[in-house]
Amino acid sequence: MLDDLYALGDRVVALAKPGEQIEAVVVNETDTEVRVFEGDVESFTSATSQGIGIRVINDQRQGFAWAGSLDPAVVESTLSEARDNATFGSIDTGLALTEPDGVEQAELDLYDERVNQFATDRKIELALELEAITKDRDPRVMLVESVDFADSVSEGVVVSTKGIRVGGRDSGSYVTATVIAGGGDDTQVGFGYSVNRDPGQLDLEYASKMAVERSTRLLGAVKPPTERLTVVLDPMVTSQFLGIIASTLSGEAVLKGRSLFADRLGETVAAPTITLVDDPTNPKAFTATEADGEGLATRRNVLIDGGSLNKFVHNSYTGRRLNTASTGNAVRGFSSTPGVGTMALSLVPGKRAQAELIASIDNGVLIQGVSGLHSGVNPVSGDFSTGADGLRIRNGELAEPLREFTIGSTLQRMLLDVIEVGGDIEWLPSSAAGLSLVVADITLSGA
Amino acid sequence: MIDQALLEKTLTTATGRGGEFAEIFVEDRQSSGALLDDDRIEELSSGRSRGAGIRVLVGDSTGFAHTADLTERGLLTAAKAAADAARDGSGGVKTVDLSTQSVTTPSPVSIYPDSVAKQRKVELLNLANDAARGVGDAISQVSVGYGDVRRRIQIANSDGLLTGDDQVKTRFSISCVANGDAGMQTGRESVGHSMGFELFDQYDVTEVARKAAQRALTKLLARPAPSGEVTTVIGKGGGGVLFHEACGHGLEADHVAKQSTVFAGRVGELVASPLVTLIDDGTMAHEWGAFAIDDEGRPAQRNVLIEDGILIDFMWDELRARAEGRASSGNGRRQSYKHLPMVRMTNTYIANGETDPADIIADTDSGIFVAQLGGGQVNTVNGDFVFGMTEAYLIENGEITEPIREGNLIGNGPEILTSIDALGNDFEMGSPGTCGKDGQGVPVGDGTPTLRVPALTVGGTAA
Repeated sequence: MLDDLYALGDRVVALAKPGEQIEAVVVNETDTEVRVFEGDVESFTSATSQGIGIRVINDQRQGFAWAGSLDPAVVESTLSEARDNATFGSIDTGLALTEPDGVEQAELDLYDERVNQFATDRKIELALELEAITKDRDPRVMLVESVDFADSVSEGVVVSTKGIRVGGRDSGSYVTATVIAGGGDDTQVGFGYSVNRDPGQLDLEYASKMAVERSTRLLGAVKPPTERLTVVLDPMVTSQFLGIIASTLSGEAVLKGRSLFADRLGETVAAPTITLVDDPTNPKAFTATEADGEGLATRRNVLIDGGSLNKFVHNSYTGRRLNTASTGNAVRGFSSTPGVGTMALSLVPGKRAQAELIASIDNGVLIQGVSGLHSGVNPVSGDFSTGADGLRIRNGELAEPLREFTIGSTLQRMLLDVIEVGGDIEWLPSSAAGLSLVVADITLSGA
Repeated sequence: MIDQALLEKTLTTATGRGGEFAEIFVEDRQSSGALLDDDRIEELSSGRSRGAGIRVLVGDSTGFAHTADLTERGLLTAAKAAADAARDGSGGVKTVDLSTQSVTTPSPVSIYPDSVAKQRKVELLNLANDAARGVGDAISQVSVGYGDVRRRIQIANSDGLLTGDDQVKTRFSISCVANGDAGMQTGRESVGHSMGFELFDQYDVTEVARKAAQRALTKLLARPAPSGEVTTVIGKGGGGVLFHEACGHGLEADHVAKQSTVFAGRVGELVASPLVTLIDDGTMAHEWGAFAIDDEGRPAQRNVLIEDGILIDFMWDELRARAEGRASSGNGRRQSYKHLPMVRMTNTYIANGETDPADIIADTDSGIFVAQLGGGQVNTVNGDFVFGMTEAYLIENGEITEPIREGNLIGNGPEILTSIDALGNDFEMGSPGTCGKDGQGVPVGDGTPTLRVPALTVGGTAA
């Protein structure tokens, strides 16, 4: 199939007129998804999706069009739409498709053939088994609200008139369980998952335990009083914050005057324990990939090094405009032009486990989950305040559960207020790895 | 889009391995967008997506398959896949005869956006950019977006229903960055309706732009928001987000069926202040969440969910309604043909009250006034919800005073609903929104008059 995608990309690019630059992104994806409820299949979805995105640059103007079909007539009209759109763009001397930059692709093993050999019945069995063990794990489990199994194989190529011809294929599968614990006036929800490129290696025990623990330990939660204190962010929470911090380090935000860190390369922006790395060539990362959205090899970029701002990430356009080069960070789907973003973030881990971090804190809160991040964080001003739940830390131990409060600070201050980075790195199903993070001087707003 | 004979054949194939119900949903979506950023027309883009989703219900199980191949071969392959997924093995052929049901759209279109020259769209972006930058030297960056979408759908099912809808939406949004001594702040404004290019007869884009720019400038002077419980006055319009999160999701029948909402089993009970009448209305002409039929082919309805504080009913899709032996309330929606429908809100709003909004402010000794809300999120299981404030002020001695910085507010839905103690007479619908649930986004509207909550927790940083 990858060959078919290349062939289509080649055909589109071959239609370029003199002086015209064309880039085609062609993708094909196959998915299945099983949801079970109370011992039965609630839904079973199987699907194949395809799409093409075509970017045209002509006379220093850019146009774009996409279609969710690889039908030849559709592809042809998509190309003419992109050409027509290009005539309305502003003239921009920075516009050009990227050329191969000589950086060699990492060889990652992102496709596991076993995903295709995994029988449908096995998928259903896995989901049913996860539901059963989760239900029986703890008497406080009131309901297993949903259990999902999903797998996918996706393939994609980028072909351009500038000599880019790059493609890849990857597989993935996961299971999730959502549990409601308690009853009456006190019910809490918890979520657990396991993820693997080979469905045969999904860890049901791990997913089940996580969902049950995260729901039951919040039972009886109370609203805490307002105060300023030290928090420990659970790995899943840290992962979400890293994604937001990284968005302030995108070359696009810098170029367009929307980055709080724009003029601060080389300066101290975080505590010395913070080294923030984006490395899509690390095969442990869920979002590992060999090439970026423009077909350049991905690479390891150190964004913050020992607290000092070291680098912004770029695609070819923002690199060119800011007199540097692409860092291999063009991100996109087939339905958009390349943006700029990190792909596989992580902090360089510290040494201690979460329990040891907690043992050093007299009064604090372990933040288990946050809600409303999309509305509560402004990555331009850096202000943030987000809904949260978690557990009180008292005299070095976890104490009563807490809910209905917010935590707030600014991204700038929070980076400087990090006391310690945990050693418990987890490669979550996300574009940022998680680990426990201890942050001082956070405002907790409650009663 | 697909002729009747082929639809019938597809449904017959879909029920070929048993199954009580089969449905085909065909969608043809065309979109176009234009983006201005950093003083440049960065890009015009066009998108096209066309395909069909087929589902088969057997007992409590649903089999679903979708395809972008709308030929007979493509549709029959997908129908077999859906039938296989739902299989109950009982076999037998069910013949499906379709009869067309015509519908009337609440949102007729005067000017189809694809009939408008692209140059005209570009001009609007430039006008808005100039207007925003003209508001003050501190405006350091402006981004303006235009978008339209035309979504033609066709739905046929084994009950014999054959119907369709043609849905057009147009939107315009602008976001500004202002740069001051204490850093950068942002301001945003968007307008959007279920209509065509006549949107711009209703709105002057330069005014929309100035509003966004002014919002960013105002925030440069903002001080940190208070933290802890404060009396909160929510402004008209966008304040509807509060109800969308505080109780809207909790009234969706799929959550009710799984007991994963605090409102399950409470029909007929007082669940809110007697001031509150909450309505979900897919028929509201030209509103963002309006349509003639939902994505299961049921006509849009006006559904009273809470009346004078008493819970009247939940929102229903076909699947949940069938299980309860009742009719769908026209709330079965899906993001695209690639998704299964589920219970979703349409335009959700609080009916007008009687108090002059100025009196509500004057009657508040100290608190905050939230003029524009951002998005929100709810945990339906325990009712805790958050929403963001993107423009807010202190209320001191009955007057609106200084602006405060952005943040989230948090509360518990059932508690907040019962505590509302003032409702204004200035009802308005808010900005167009996208509601996310289980990975699917659909367009929704919300609205409210000014209202007051005696204690909401504000997540500021001021001690």
